[in-house]
Amino acid sequence: MSTDIHTYLAEFDDIPGTRVYTAKRARKGYWMNQFAMSLMKAENRERWKVDERAYLDEWPMTEEQRQAILDRDYNRMLDLGANIYFLAKVFSTDGLSFVQAVSTMTGMSVDEYQAMMLAGGRSPEGVRSIKEKR
Amino acid sequence: MARITAGLTTSHIPAIGAAIDNGKAAEPYWQPVFAGYEWSKQWIAREKPDVVILVYNDHASAFDMKIIPTFAIGCADRFGICDEGWGPRPVPDVEGHADLAWHIAQSLILDEFDMTIINEMDVDHGLTVPLSLLFGQPEAWPVKVIPLAVNVVTYPPPSGNRCWLLGEAIARAVESFPEDLNVQVWGTGGMSHQLQGPRAGLINPEWDNRFLDLMSEDDGEALRAISHIEYLRETGSEGIEMVMWLIMRGALGRKVRPLHRHYHVPASNTAVGHLVLEPAA
Repeated sequence: MSTDIHTYLAEFDDIPGTRVYTAKRARKGYWMNQFAMSLMKAENRERWKVDERAYLDEWPMTEEQRQAILDRDYNRMLDLGANIYFLAKVFSTDGLSFVQAVSTMTGMSVDEYQAMMLAGGRSPEGVRSIKEKR
Repeated sequence: MARITAGLTTSHIPAIGAAIDNGKAAEPYWQPVFAGYEWSKQWIAREKPDVVILVYNDHASAFDMKIIPTFAIGCADRFGICDEGWGPRPVPDVEGHADLAWHIAQSLILDEFDMTIINEMDVDHGLTVPLSLLFGQPEAWPVKVIPLAVNVVTYPPPSGNRCWLLGEAIARAVESFPEDLNVQVWGTGGMSHQLQGPRAGLINPEWDNRFLDLMSEDDGEALRAISHIEYLRETGSEGIEMVMWLIMRGALGRKVRPLHRHYHVPASNTAVGHLVLEPAA
């Protein structure tokens, strides 16, 4: 495995449909993720449910980040630096399971996604590498 | 003397915990997942380990973005159960083994593994789902647990080789603890799964089963050489959790005897993999 950080990181951009949670993303999404962590407390969840917009305004995020959260646009949230384990606090608060939330990122309905998983999941064939088309 | 008598790997999928907690384990969807643990439940009831060193990753529960320890060891007497957004799992608190944990922490640091020491922590599904799979729903867990948390969330996580070496160092540390204790090491997480982006839902049974083969064989050279990019490409972004299995495997030594193996797709978004191994002289 490469110990050169530039080579190491460059390979991650070659994986289709995947946002590896690198330092760059972690720095960009710091407050999105810390906001999501706050929902581990029941009293915060209550305040969040009453007025999501007001709750988000308490966190030093960009407007784009706030909007992505309000829209529950998970791919967009990942692009803006959020991590799925942090976002799990948001969709758990919404009463969604991992399957329900994750399916929204795939362009499939929950039922289609569930059917794919029951049939053995998504094959790695063709989605390993963009460059190598394998 | 304390001794490592066995190693175990298992996925730690949160939905498995929810299925147990909500009495759904006998449903057709879940039955094949749990069937593969029946042998192991009977085995562990006979083995009666005193302590489990439980290697897992915290899923943004005890650790947020403020502090990201690569390897952290829980040295407390007791660990609470954290609220991951839907209330804490209805499972008993986890009792630690502070004497052994501190002994391991100190030994590892002298052995050049710069551990983070945790004195207060709540544990999440990564630690409690494996306990539920092996022990069901007891009033109190029948074993003391030393949590060993590995960062596999923020890149870079430790390399597989480093994990293996840490396992070897844990074995040396356990062997130098004077009390007579039956210790197991568990490596949790995996197998193939991706929980994010348009590629979510990726499952690679061929790769997973090769990994289970390699885990069950002697030597471990091929396992140690697997790079992060290979885990990512072949097993999905969350398949990287499998580096944690190598801590267990390194702790067992080069030669192992496989006792039990289970593989099932799917549980929620994930391929379930489970092994029971013992060190072979």
